[in-house]
Amino acid sequence: MKPKQAGHQRILVVLPHPDDESFVASGTLAKYIEGGAIVTFACLTLGEMGRNMGIPPFANRVTLPAIRKLELEASCKAIGIQDLRMLGFHDKMIEFEDKELLDAQIMALVKELNPSLVITFYPGFSVHPDHDATGAAVIRTIGKLPSAERPLVYCSAFASNHEQMIGKADVTIDVTAFLDRKMASIQAHRSQFQAAELVGNRELSDEEIRMRFGTEQFWTYRFDNSHE
Amino acid sequence: MQLINPQDIQNRIDQLTGQDLFIHLELTTGAYANHLDSTRHPASAFISNAGIRYTHGSISGTGPYRVGLKTEQGWVYAEGLTHVDETETERLIMAGHDSQGKLVVALQLSRDKFE
Repeated sequence: MKPKQAGHQRILVVLPHPDDESFVASGTLAKYIEGGAIVTFACLTLGEMGRNMGIPPFANRVTLPAIRKLELEASCKAIGIQDLRMLGFHDKMIEFEDKELLDAQIMALVKELNPSLVITFYPGFSVHPDHDATGAAVIRTIGKLPSAERPLVYCSAFASNHEQMIGKADVTIDVTAFLDRKMASIQAHRSQFQAAELVGNRELSDEEIRMRFGTEQFWTYRFDNSHE
Repeated sequence: MQLINPQDIQNRIDQLTGQDLFIHLELTTGAYANHLDSTRHPASAFISNAGIRYTHGSISGTGPYRVGLKTEQGWVYAEGLTHVDETETERLIMAGHDSQGKLVVALQLSRDKFE
């Protein structure tokens, strides 16, 4: 392992939607932040095309962006994230964006922050087109760096076939000690967390929370170095 | 958001008749439709800030509701509408939510462009 990868003092998270950070990495980030890391979260969109509007609905297409923005800020506060960047791309449209524009913004963050760890979605195995397109943009961008300068990239994957295709996660992080922050991050997304497939609108028991949210898993992206 | 009162919606549709408006029309099963149930066909479409002027429009059904807007050249149609933003006085912001509370359809009309 390269020396700069030992501690992770500087972490860059690149995900497309408010609440992706809660489910993908909030426990891991809280853990690193407690260890002294500075985390930047680049959130590509405001999730303004999302379908969850609260139960009963308190948001709509017009009010959703401002509501999601406040929820995102509250979630980052709950985790302890020091630096939130809202990149202003349009929800659902990441796969259609100008790739040069997208990659340039990610590259600018990598150059500015010089992170030792970047967290994103595994392209092709993350279900939502925005997730896959965001992961692809991060991999493209970091792949342009000489291998010695590349940060470690942890990817999250959850497509039905992901284990058949990319095997089991090589990084499993026990976040049970940080579940209070993780749940606070999830619940900060008031317009979203009550959805049946997320938390639902009943109180989960401590055991259910530990079972469902107690570990976070990542796949370390293996860049192809054959051209170097 | 409040449940739709069709008479109120009809009044508001009438108030916007014959004017140059911006429309947001959307229908979606959500990006997770197929992930959560492999038998489902994922489909979504939206058109945002298209210009529209309708000659007459009406709301129909017993809920969820249908709205049809007749233009000089054709029609705009939305089915499944359940809710309206009651705080909007100038714009008409309607949505349809499924049994889980998720948005499935949106129909919005405004004299000014949507953000």
